[in-house]
Amino acid sequence: MGKTTTSAAISSGIAMRGHKTAVIDFDIGLRNLDIIMNCERRVVYDFVNVINGEAKLRQALIKDKRAENLYILPASQTRDKDALTIDGVERVLKELADDGFEYIICDSPAGIEHGAFMAMYFADMAIVVANPEVSSVRDSDRILGILQSKSRRAEQGERVEECLLLTRYNPERVEKGEMLGVKDVEEILATKLLGVIPESETVLKASNQGIPVIHDTESPAGQAYSDAVARILGEEVEHRFMSVEQKGLFQRLFRRSA
Amino acid sequence: MPRLKPKASDSSAVTATFRLKGGLFPLTLLEISRFDAVDLEQQLRDKAAAAPGFFKQTPVVLSFDDFIGELSTLPLADILAICRSQGLLPVALRSGVESLTQQARALNLAIMPATRVKPAPAPLAETQTEPDEQAETGSAEASAPEPAPSASMQLELSPSSHVEINRNPSKIITTPIRSGQQVYAPGGDLIIMAAVSAGAEVLADGNIHVYGALRGRALAGVKGDLSARIFCQSLEAELVSIAGTFKVDEDLRNEHWKTAVQIGRDEQSLCITPLV
Repeated sequence: MGKTTTSAAISSGIAMRGHKTAVIDFDIGLRNLDIIMNCERRVVYDFVNVINGEAKLRQALIKDKRAENLYILPASQTRDKDALTIDGVERVLKELADDGFEYIICDSPAGIEHGAFMAMYFADMAIVVANPEVSSVRDSDRILGILQSKSRRAEQGERVEECLLLTRYNPERVEKGEMLGVKDVEEILATKLLGVIPESETVLKASNQGIPVIHDTESPAGQAYSDAVARILGEEVEHRFMSVEQKGLFQRLFRRSA
Repeated sequence: MPRLKPKASDSSAVTATFRLKGGLFPLTLLEISRFDAVDLEQQLRDKAAAAPGFFKQTPVVLSFDDFIGELSTLPLADILAICRSQGLLPVALRSGVESLTQQARALNLAIMPATRVKPAPAPLAETQTEPDEQAETGSAEASAPEPAPSASMQLELSPSSHVEINRNPSKIITTPIRSGQQVYAPGGDLIIMAAVSAGAEVLADGNIHVYGALRGRALAGVKGDLSARIFCQSLEAELVSIAGTFKVDEDLRNEHWKTAVQIGRDEQSLCITPLV
């Protein structure tokens, strides 16, 4: 669906704008954030080690080589999700905050089980990543419901700020009726749209190379992630990549008359 | 570094060893109208001979509602022993008589509240004495979405066209009801100022208003109020039900689909009319 790709891109983007940022992989047992960030060979200690007190947070944090202010806390590959505890996660988050981290991105695993719950519990803001297809949108709806009822903010009677990021969007297929459009998804989920990431080969290429796609400033996907980061930081940026690229006057006239 | 302190939230981090779920099970009521140890055993044995399949560790609830004679001196332990000897397993006692409930407690029997006391006059009294309101809610909720309301439910509902339910203030929800969520407004109306997603369920004893698209399930009048209605800005529901009579989305996908409608109940069916 693009959760880890998005976590990598957005954390890189925020760090590149000068904010001290940490990104934590909550997908214990199936870590892949470190691969997308191209630091899997530098993993010595991981998130579970820190929670269990086997390593200091400083020892486990990996400094990103591309973005200066970015640190990665990788997941453990040899444990399972039950290794995460609410107290442990809270302690790590607090320590990061005390250490001067301005933004902490929690990369949630798929599903609505323990790992996802741990990732969302302490959230102030949630970015729900959905693909423009019915099942994905339905799952996102479910997650939004859990977010607003089971998170710590919800328990305290507040709301988690929620926003929607639509990935793998293909305007041409939307026009053909093969994919849900942005409007449909927005209508179903009734939540703020953070951005639309166009379907693009560069996303796959970037993750295979271990370079978060946001560094590819030429590609539409990279630009779309940059826009999303700007919106997270409070800037007003117009949405792009939502309609079919202009194919010339003749074709448009032709379509209109058809 | 602060050590982990045991906190209330701790339990959620540990894998749960059990979960509690509601269930509705049919139980046989053994109504004892007269007690004589020899007669009871003999008659039970006769019954067991006639229907041996039934008398195999069958759970029963003991009831003495129709008992003729003195209840306070009834030896519950003896009755239990006789039942067990014939393959019945009394699991609970239904009675309001103090001496019996005391014995039941000593014998580890569950105690069910006595059948509703029926005060002959005052037709309204029935709905106002609500000691087992909980149980009723459960059964109404559980049976409402079932296909074709059962006969017993129909019977219960038919005389209640002017049921009076203790009215609570309306419940107003301003946020979307998401897939997997359930909202119930006991004793009143439910007003939702947003959409109800597919996979969500909204229930009310009174009316349901949805100022948005209704894509999930909406059940109004779950305690049998036939005058309850459902209002919505866009009918895209998976199911709508009023007092147990329902329509699923296949039946709803007609001319009113995705339009603003109200849904009411006349006689046995739901009628959908556009909101002007």
